[in-house]
Amino acid sequence: MAEKITVNGVQHDVPADPRTSLLDFLRYHLQLTGTKKGCDHGQCGACTVLVNGVRINSCLTLAAMHPGDSVTTIEGLGTPDHPSPLQRAFVDHDGFQCGYCTPGQICSATALIQEIALDWPSDASEDLEGRIAATDEEIRERMSGNLCRCGAYNNIIVAIRETVDAVAEEDRDA
Amino acid sequence: MKSFDFQRAEGLDHAARLTVPDTAMPIAGGTNLLDLMKLQVETPETLVDINPLGMAAIEDHGTGLRLGALATNTATAVHPRVRSDYPVLSRAILAGASQQLRNKATNGGNLCQRTRCYYFTNIDQPCNKREPGSGCGARQGIAHLHAILGTSDQCIATYPGDMAVALSALDACVEIASPGGNGRNVPIRDFHCLAGDTPWRDNVLEEGEIITAITLPAPVRGRQIYRKVRERSSYAFALVSVAAIVDIDEGIITRADLAFGGLAHKPWHDPAIGDMLLGQAPNYALFDRAADALLAGARGYGENDFKIPLARRTLAAVLAQATGVEL
Repeated sequence: MAEKITVNGVQHDVPADPRTSLLDFLRYHLQLTGTKKGCDHGQCGACTVLVNGVRINSCLTLAAMHPGDSVTTIEGLGTPDHPSPLQRAFVDHDGFQCGYCTPGQICSATALIQEIALDWPSDASEDLEGRIAATDEEIRERMSGNLCRCGAYNNIIVAIRETVDAVAEEDRDA
Repeated sequence: MKSFDFQRAEGLDHAARLTVPDTAMPIAGGTNLLDLMKLQVETPETLVDINPLGMAAIEDHGTGLRLGALATNTATAVHPRVRSDYPVLSRAILAGASQQLRNKATNGGNLCQRTRCYYFTNIDQPCNKREPGSGCGARQGIAHLHAILGTSDQCIATYPGDMAVALSALDACVEIASPGGNGRNVPIRDFHCLAGDTPWRDNVLEEGEIITAITLPAPVRGRQIYRKVRERSSYAFALVSVAAIVDIDEGIITRADLAFGGLAHKPWHDPAIGDMLLGQAPNYALFDRAADALLAGARGYGENDFKIPLARRTLAAVLAQATGVEL
């Protein structure tokens, strides 16, 4: 029986050629072209996806190493009619110019929100064991694996900070 | 990428039997190996996926801590005991790479990562590490990332990682499974090699050996600092880094465990530097003498000459921070 990999809730066979990166599997085998190939060497972050909820560079892993895993791409986060809160915020705040890095930015920031909620420290954190506040400095450090050649960083940070704050407020109200 | 055969390890023995240096290589996180395979710097005929072996636990080990080889860098950096008892290790890991890479990269793989020397990663250039006997492009080339301590005529590459620098200050041990069911423990300070006449050799792993864990000794008293100097403030390799565990009692230094990154083919640890600080009252002149000892054998290669004063100043800054001395 062929091994399966789940992408946005749908099961697919793991590709036969072991050289297939997870990125190429998504783009060329499944035609999920939202995930972008920038550098293909883990430097730009355009290929960022969530594997079992964890953000990774899909260019630097083989699809064959993910049987049984669940992958979420930008297509799995929201749609034009029903965008995720981050997708909405990126539009509201012009968090992009050309848009090529945007799917990676949004997948990355989706995980960032969880990481801050878990109080995972970063290189920018004063205290390794305290509560983490989503300051601009924290967001910049945590997003350093996602490059934007258009330089839309300021608006990207606003979009992320606003979404983190909204999620925190929802949690408080819940 | 050249084609290869893909195998899943069914156990440590199975993995050891399948593994042949340069020909059949284990893959864990893959963030460095796959990068090098795309560049055809590494061209294994077989990849042995060791992820099915588990080995991802982080657990108490006597009064110390045992970090599974396949635990991710992130899982290690955010582990409550690492954060509270070994903060220099959390800091060093968090100072390296990006969150995406740390989420995939493993502790064992991190120790085995290759140098980022541009001549090593470009197959059109000479490199004694990649192609023994082909020469060293860096010695008279672009060398601003390169080593100033323990260099050889053959190779001036640096070990690029941060985690192992902290592990060296912490006096950690690498737990290794050897073929035939035996194992051995190698102190991290002896795990990586100087380039010498065998620049292709990064560490002491022998054929069929696989790292299973890293063990940390019991936590010690003192201030723990990891200071990394780099060309941008995030997601860059160290020009110079210092991992320090320093304790003071009644104005006298009672512990000074120091290790340095970015300076050599391995995390640099020289017990003489710590020893000369012990029993002394901290002051700038003392820090400068410690730097003299560190840099006595230092040699620049033009573009990296700046590392000599940079290492001196970084060490002084770290010791000042650790001891509360104003520079």
